Amino acid sequence: MTNSNLTTRQKVEASMARRRASETRFRLYGMASVLFGMLCLVVLFGDIFSKGYSAFSQTVLTTEIYLDADYLEISTTSDEQALMNANYEGLVKNHFKTEMQPSGRKERRQLYSMISAGAGWQIQKEILADTSLIGQTITIDLIMDDDVDQWFKHDHGNDDGSTRLSEAQLGWLDSWVESGDLHTRFNTTFFVNGDSREPELAGIRGAMTGTFLTLLVTFLLSFPIGVAAAIYLEEFAPKNRLTEIVEININNLAAVPSITFGLLGLAIFINIFGVSRSTPLVGGLVLTLMTLPTIIISGRAAIKAVPPSIREAALGLGASKMQTVFHHVLPLALPGMLTGTIIGMAQALGETAPLLMIGMIAFVVDVPGFINDPSTVLPVQIFLWSDSPERAFTERTSGAIMVLLGFLIIMNTAAVVLRRRLERRW
Amino acid sequence: MSIIENHKTDGKPFCDSAKLSARDVCVHYGEKQAIFDVSLDIGKNEVIALIGPSGCGKSTFLRCLNRMNDTIDICKVTGEIVLDGGNIYDPKVDVVPLRATVGMVFQKPNPFPKTIYDNVAYGPRIHGLATSRVDLDEIVEKSLQRAGLWAEVKDRLHSPGTGLSGGQQQRLCIARTIAVDPEVILMDEPCSALDPIATAKIEELIDELREKYTIAIVTHSMQQAARVSQRTAYFHLGQLIEVNSTDKVFTTPEHQLTEAYITGRFG
Repeated sequence: MTNSNLTTRQKVEASMARRRASETRFRLYGMASVLFGMLCLVVLFGDIFSKGYSAFSQTVLTTEIYLDADYLEISTTSDEQALMNANYEGLVKNHFKTEMQPSGRKERRQLYSMISAGAGWQIQKEILADTSLIGQTITIDLIMDDDVDQWFKHDHGNDDGSTRLSEAQLGWLDSWVESGDLHTRFNTTFFVNGDSREPELAGIRGAMTGTFLTLLVTFLLSFPIGVAAAIYLEEFAPKNRLTEIVEININNLAAVPSITFGLLGLAIFINIFGVSRSTPLVGGLVLTLMTLPTIIISGRAAIKAVPPSIREAALGLGASKMQTVFHHVLPLALPGMLTGTIIGMAQALGETAPLLMIGMIAFVVDVPGFINDPSTVLPVQIFLWSDSPERAFTERTSGAIMVLLGFLIIMNTAAVVLRRRLERRW
Repeated sequence: MSIIENHKTDGKPFCDSAKLSARDVCVHYGEKQAIFDVSLDIGKNEVIALIGPSGCGKSTFLRCLNRMNDTIDICKVTGEIVLDGGNIYDPKVDVVPLRATVGMVFQKPNPFPKTIYDNVAYGPRIHGLATSRVDLDEIVEKSLQRAGLWAEVKDRLHSPGTGLSGGQQQRLCIARTIAVDPEVILMDEPCSALDPIATAKIEELIDELREKYTIAIVTHSMQQAARVSQRTAYFHLGQLIEVNSTDKVFTTPEHQLTEAYITGRFG
């Protein structure tokens, strides 16, 4: 059948059903992809939060304990050496031995293992803060071992036999639960301690400080270098083959796998320049290399976006090139540059691979004080904990991820707020 | 239509009291030549209108006069342009004092995203023309007055310049240019983005400014050229076809291309 005798309108209307169908289909594809993305995000967040929220509470046992000066061998409270070295752990063990009356060596060992190794330090801290407590009975919330912590938080009430605790231990625990002495409290340890082999004593303060110092080094280096490079390339550099090569290489660098920067840092900063390994300094240097392309590319885009009429106006008044750039172009380009920088910093915040190469994966207990102290960073801490067999480290892994996500969200929000605040397109 | 071989500009391209004299100016954009051997004098305290169809090179020529073309990498200018006895294309010449002497007003109003006051004060500030705050205030007031904008903005000097209407913005740009107290003002179609009322105001202003400055104006409006200028130069495909007094160009043009253009047969 030929439809040559149909009018254009009739032909168009005949094709409308097909066109509408394809438009609807396309919209559905789009909605499906968005939904899929949202679903993945919900699953990811749900999984992390359901595993991680318990990391923010810690099981403690309220105990009345007599600080026996004779047992601690402290004769005068002014003797700091004695205060530091006294056997506080023994005191705690002794207290529970007399309290719970374990029968035999095996039960005694089981009893002791329920109290965290940190309990002794808790007592020491109390005494160092107030030496008049010696010889008195104090009430203190002693931190429990991670096995007890996990049992109380997860298995208590629905015993499925998965716990590593023995019959005797469960008996003591039940009596403590009954008396109400065993309870959970907010896990401040998680935020004030460095890393530890004992999950109940492990915290993210070291990693957070390390992250902060590393990012500080990264920012202080990459922002000025990146902005200067972007300004030079965009405004001053002659357009010739050499600058073209530089430009292509900057774009290439942005796509280089991050672990390569780690190898580079290892070879150059550590081996040639002798920067000490595992420090925020060398970490910051490596992350600077990694974030520079991002900052330069976004900086150049921001400079390009400044209308040429503004440049012409300034040049036409007799402003020099530099005055034009610093008085007019830069203030208008700054919001875009800052956004790029913060996105680059957020990338650096989550980076793990290059830092493994330069030794930031080392087990570091102390909280770093300065950029040349050995330290680790949050993502590497997460990586380390996720590898640990203890159940309590699993929830701490998720807890640390939550903290990291929190920082990322804060940084990205800051980027948006800064851009809005600084944008001066009246 | 193509380039006329060995064309010599008709009329009177030269004058006795020249402020700017261009001699054999050629401009190339890469391989393409945009201006062919243009020689033209711009007299003291006169308004010269540069007219011609789109793409004829009149804006390019205007931008040669304060070396704004320097910002375009592929642009090459040959020949010489003499301002007060010195060739501005001499390699020793710095464009900063040149552009302070030869100011420019652009096609689209382009105030800085700053306050009205800061817009006008910017030039004097970077050139150090004011010794004190009072001095600067005076320059700003005088420039705005001369640009005929003072009455309208004196109560809101510290509100953004981009908040003004198009015509006011263009007068602000003129005020900004004369705040530096240049000797020559180049205007590149200053009214093309404005309505007739704003245009009339600017034309009036140009007439007043002539007393103090030398003005070269590029325009697409022949009525405007007739109204504001004393001499008119007609460009065609990069060549300067004819220069004469405005009266003569619009009544008895010498060259047939000029006649064709002003009678509206093309352009």
